Amino acid sequence: MTDWIARHPDLVFAAIKVVICLFLLLTAVAYMTWVERKLIAHIQSRWGPHRVGPHGLLQPLADGLKNLFKEDIIPAGVTSRFVYLLAPFLAVSLSLLAVAVIPFGPEPVEVWGARTGLYIADINIGLLFVLAVTSLGVYSIALAGWSSNSKYPLLGGLRSSAQMVSYEIALTLSVIGVLLLAGTLSLREIVLAQTGHWGGMVPRWYIFPQFIAFLCFFISGVAETSRAPFDLPEAETELVAGFHTEYSSMKFVMFFMAEYSHMIVTSLVASLLFLGGWLSPFPATEFWGWTRYLPVALAGALGAVLLVDAVRHRPLWHRFIMSVLGLGCLGVAALLATQETLLAVVQGPFWLLGKTAVFLFIFIWTRATLPRFRYDQLMAFGWKFLVPLAVLNIVVTSFLVAWRAG
Amino acid sequence: MAASTILFFLFGGLAVLGALSLILQRHPIHSALSLILVMASLAVLYLLLGAEFIAAIQVIVYAGAIMVLFVMVIMLLNAGEEERTSLSRTARVVGLPVAGLLLAEVCYLLYRAWPADTVVEADRFLGRTGPIGRLLFTDFVLPFELTSVLILIAVLGAVVLAKKEL
Repeated sequence: MTDWIARHPDLVFAAIKVVICLFLLLTAVAYMTWVERKLIAHIQSRWGPHRVGPHGLLQPLADGLKNLFKEDIIPAGVTSRFVYLLAPFLAVSLSLLAVAVIPFGPEPVEVWGARTGLYIADINIGLLFVLAVTSLGVYSIALAGWSSNSKYPLLGGLRSSAQMVSYEIALTLSVIGVLLLAGTLSLREIVLAQTGHWGGMVPRWYIFPQFIAFLCFFISGVAETSRAPFDLPEAETELVAGFHTEYSSMKFVMFFMAEYSHMIVTSLVASLLFLGGWLSPFPATEFWGWTRYLPVALAGALGAVLLVDAVRHRPLWHRFIMSVLGLGCLGVAALLATQETLLAVVQGPFWLLGKTAVFLFIFIWTRATLPRFRYDQLMAFGWKFLVPLAVLNIVVTSFLVAWRAG
Repeated sequence: MAASTILFFLFGGLAVLGALSLILQRHPIHSALSLILVMASLAVLYLLLGAEFIAAIQVIVYAGAIMVLFVMVIMLLNAGEEERTSLSRTARVVGLPVAGLLLAEVCYLLYRAWPADTVVEADRFLGRTGPIGRLLFTDFVLPFELTSVLILIAVLGAVVLAKKEL
């Protein structure tokens, strides 16, 4: 066994990275629900979850347990049991699959004497892989709606497949502008093409030359994930809960997880394509050298805030949880400050995840702010505004690229 | 046995199984799902040949777009299970032998054209994005543009048929 491991270090590293990525992604998905409820609550002058644990921090665990122990009902009238059970499985596995090609950092890092990259797989067609996996996500919704054999899910499923197919076109077209500039489909090389700064100040991110493409991409990304204001597939006032009306217990949770991990993946891809992925926004000069200690500062500040806040909490175990979290953050800060190699490894993921967090905030912000589209408005907006705009962007960009190439 | 050989037999087998199930299933949705399985397995086979771009396009276009329309149509028409009929006498006496004969003929011709075991080598296959784009826009630019026009006409026809008065 050890012999086999020694001969295939790549496979072992890949397996370890898969486990780490899945663990982090699933935790992020669980805590996105908490972040979303908390943010929307504060935007609307409410408290949000605050009963289970300090600041309601244990709410995702409580929700998970609750859903796990709910009765798992399969309605008697389902058209096909196989398809009914396949749909949530497809939803969650396809939305988790896309993380496989996301690069989190620049160059291979050294772990235990072996070199490995901060990605599960670096393939030449990374971007196409993400698009392919998202395009397959339609099936989970369509099949769930159909197999439930009930009118609201069917309507929701039909609406959502029409919506996703339409917005996928705008999504794919908007990416082409970036591809023309970068000249590659590999996500790693697209990020590397954005290295450097204009005039030593403004980073060469594609969001500046490709701002229209960015708008198209993000809007259609929101529509692809069926989030507000494009959440027509589950418009509760007209469709009960849309395609997942007949799903209960963990099967419902799987759809929920799929939606949130889809959101995270869209944000990751948006930051890779338009915000320079893992690249730091600051120039790599002596003057900006201190910015590499930002992760330390962030972890330290978070730890201090948590510790100060811990005193405020009444129940002893709330105080305990908060102080453990605060001390943990301080410990991470100390570790990063002293271990130079660790700090170097953390740089890439720090910036990428920071940019992703900005996009996730916008996702939630729009949900808290904007009312839902009407169905005909949605279709008209996609086909008559986003698609022509994306095509125009391709034409202009290719002319500029051709002109610059001479 | 090399890993790629194992994967070839695994996904080749899956493709054949999916194709059989496509014909044998009684429910249209199950048939459509089997067809998606066939296309996904074919994409993996392309990937094994080193044709990443074609594999991705196979999934995006066939599995992600065309089959979605199939599934939507089946859902909209609410098609139920098909009746299974036994083979008619003509089919049994004439159809089956002719089908077998055709299969044998195709196999023979293929074998005569490429008798060697290894036909395509993974790395020499021009399936990468750059070569395909170059071929499409230089050697095959006329067929490419003609096909685009053909598709455009089909789209216009569909719009005219669907919307009687514009």
